[in-house]
Amino acid sequence: MTSTTSAPATSTAQRTTIAKALNAGMRAAMERDPKVLLMGEDIGKLGGVFRITEGLQKDFGEDRVIDAPLAESGIVGTAVGLALRGYRPVVEIQFDGFVYPAFDHIVSQVAKMHYRSQGKLRLPMVIRIPYGGGIGAVEHHSESNESYFAHTAGLRVVTVSTTDDAYWMMQQAIASDDPVIFYEPKRRYHERGVLDLGGATPDLADAPMGLHEAAVRHEGTDVTVLTYGPMVKVALAAAQAAELEDGPSIEVVDLRSLSPLDTEVIEASVNKTGRCITLSEAQTFTSIHGELAAHVQQHCFYHLEAPVLRVGGVNIPYPPSRHEEVFLPDLDRVLHAVDTVLSY
Amino acid sequence: MSDEEVARSAAPTTPAGDLPGGSAAAPARGLHEPPERDITDGGPDMVQFLDSEGRRVPLTDVNSPYASFLDELGPDDLRGMLRDLILVRRVDSEGFALQRQGELGLWPSLLGQEAAQVGPGRAMRTQDYAFPGYREHGVAWCKGVPPENLLGMFRGVNHGGWDSNENNFHLYTIVIGNQMLHAVGYAMGVQRDGDVATGDPDRDTAVMAFTGDGGTSQGDYNEALVFAAVANAPVVFYVQNNHWAISEPNDRQFRVPPYRRADGFGFPGVRVDGNDVLASYAVSRAALERARSGEGPTLVEAFTYRMGAHTTSDDPTKYRISAEVDIWKAKDPIDRMTKYLTAEGLVDQAWLDAVAAEADELAKRIRHACQTMPNPPHSEMFEHVYADPHPLVEREAAEFAAYMAGFED
Ligand SMILES: Cc1ncc(C[n+]2csc(CCOP(=O)(O)OP(=O)(O)O)c2C)c(N)n1
Repeated sequence: MTSTTSAPATSTAQRTTIAKALNAGMRAAMERDPKVLLMGEDIGKLGGVFRITEGLQKDFGEDRVIDAPLAESGIVGTAVGLALRGYRPVVEIQFDGFVYPAFDHIVSQVAKMHYRSQGKLRLPMVIRIPYGGGIGAVEHHSESNESYFAHTAGLRVVTVSTTDDAYWMMQQAIASDDPVIFYEPKRRYHERGVLDLGGATPDLADAPMGLHEAAVRHEGTDVTVLTYGPMVKVALAAAQAAELEDGPSIEVVDLRSLSPLDTEVIEASVNKTGRCITLSEAQTFTSIHGELAAHVQQHCFYHLEAPVLRVGGVNIPYPPSRHEEVFLPDLDRVLHAVDTVLSY
Repeated sequence: MSDEEVARSAAPTTPAGDLPGGSAAAPARGLHEPPERDITDGGPDMVQFLDSEGRRVPLTDVNSPYASFLDELGPDDLRGMLRDLILVRRVDSEGFALQRQGELGLWPSLLGQEAAQVGPGRAMRTQDYAFPGYREHGVAWCKGVPPENLLGMFRGVNHGGWDSNENNFHLYTIVIGNQMLHAVGYAMGVQRDGDVATGDPDRDTAVMAFTGDGGTSQGDYNEALVFAAVANAPVVFYVQNNHWAISEPNDRQFRVPPYRRADGFGFPGVRVDGNDVLASYAVSRAALERARSGEGPTLVEAFTYRMGAHTTSDDPTKYRISAEVDIWKAKDPIDRMTKYLTAEGLVDQAWLDAVAAEADELAKRIRHACQTMPNPPHSEMFEHVYADPHPLVEREAAEFAAYMAGFED
């Protein structure tokens, strides 16, 4: 297995969680640039309901880690004003299902300010959204709504699956002059991985990958699984299970960026394997799945041995959590899809 | 509408203070029975310095807190105000004409609201930042944005043809209410930059956010008031209550006038006669100075009237009676300032003729600028989607260019 998470054995490498890596990434960005500030509900003393901003208010003060009124449109709308004044706001949406009151600002103002000003105004801001299911939550706490934002020109949409990415991509997103929707796989927050902090004063140039590059997390020759965020782990488990049983050789591509897509890595992988599965928790209808499938059939047509299959949520509202076990794609569903594409 | 109905709709509303406990309890009425509207009279709380006849209103408890700002004005300032009113009206009528002649796709007229905009426009300092809706041509004028720059978006060649940071006048915002939050966020940035309450008049900065009476129904408007109050942000909310939101009278937006709602958010609200440029100037000055000196937000409601259609696409004859417009014609902001300054001996016919000639020249300039505005090359539509390169946009731009090149010989 090849993995970009395997860090060089330096003294700065440590095992930590995605949650802590995100926190460390924000901290590094705040130390580097006094214009970076955080805003959201409960992010101060509490450190956010997931504790991702823990300790930051204590160290950077209430003016840079702002406990905002409970109003998502207000949070994103005022962040627009702060960005216009020269700040780099990083806002936290408490849960995926609560971004909708801010949807208007994100798609009509955040996404379009640079365009409508003909490049004169920039909105360097990050909107952090903990997303996805699998934590037994009540409704509106488990959604994968990334397609709405990837559909909107002017936004960059990224998501992480490793501690290393959590740390570096957070800093890259904050440094980006474009607005970035940053999806955090909440179900994976407490999973550990190796993180190389890159020295005492981390330099963004040390980042192992660009913000919009896709990573091949597991090399394979028979079928490509295009996935991201919380589902990367599922795909890797499927690849390993198949490998142990001398089954098909599965290549796992972690997209990392949903807008823009790293089409080079996608096409290279599918052209090599000739078979492709898309895997995400998002409902498949008019989703990232559809975009990936369309892209692959258009650009890898002569290499394809089978139709592209989409493994994702069925087209229902996110169900009550007692159904999660079957609603969320798991290893068996991935392996079933692998068998299906191989049967053509 | 009967005479009796016109009279009723023109009757002043009961002042808030007369209701027990200041409550805004509405009288019982049927679902489709309109409440009484204070269509023409702003009530006893309204700050006014010039009445509709152009006479100075005696000092009262209501207007005297603002009088000192007028004492500072010399003859040139007063003449400058009238000149602005006249030129801004001409910009507006030219915009309207250009739309009718097919040069613009749309024009939102400010007819009747000139004083409501020139007042705050002149009260703002260079460093103060304005966040407009889409009808703030008078504020743009005072902030130094060339009027021809406003035409691009209505002609369809751009989404805003000026650099917001050049004159501290943000791009027009079409989604009602969004700009209110942008203003508050900007003001929060001003606070963090330490540009409030320094005592340096060239440094202390306020932000002004403009919306209409319809806009006060939006969540964003109300969230902006919450955020501003909590942050004690240096922002002035300026509601132009022009009584109509397209076809909906303002009784479809509120039962308590906007200025009185400020109380519930925890900062002062003031109603000002929006057709009286002296009053709208003085009240804006006070609110802006409050903001700059770190005392926090103020809500100003300019009580005014949209004399024309909502935009050139609107047909007010479908919903509005002409008697209402006639009542407001008699309150015209330009007539009243002209009468006042004439009576004071500050302007005469020769001065007025000179400004009229200036207005003609301005109109000619705008017309020429509009008609000669180049269409942008279509390739430009791919530009500035992102600040940094985005492969999808680049790929589609290249495909588009190749496709278009196929038509060239
Ligand atoms: C969010 C939103 N909804 C609807 C519209 C369409 N619209 C444009 S102007 C307008 C009425 C606005 O009335 P008001 O706020 O009173 O301002 P006025 O135009 O009278 O100055 C409406 C409904 C819009 N621009 N934005």
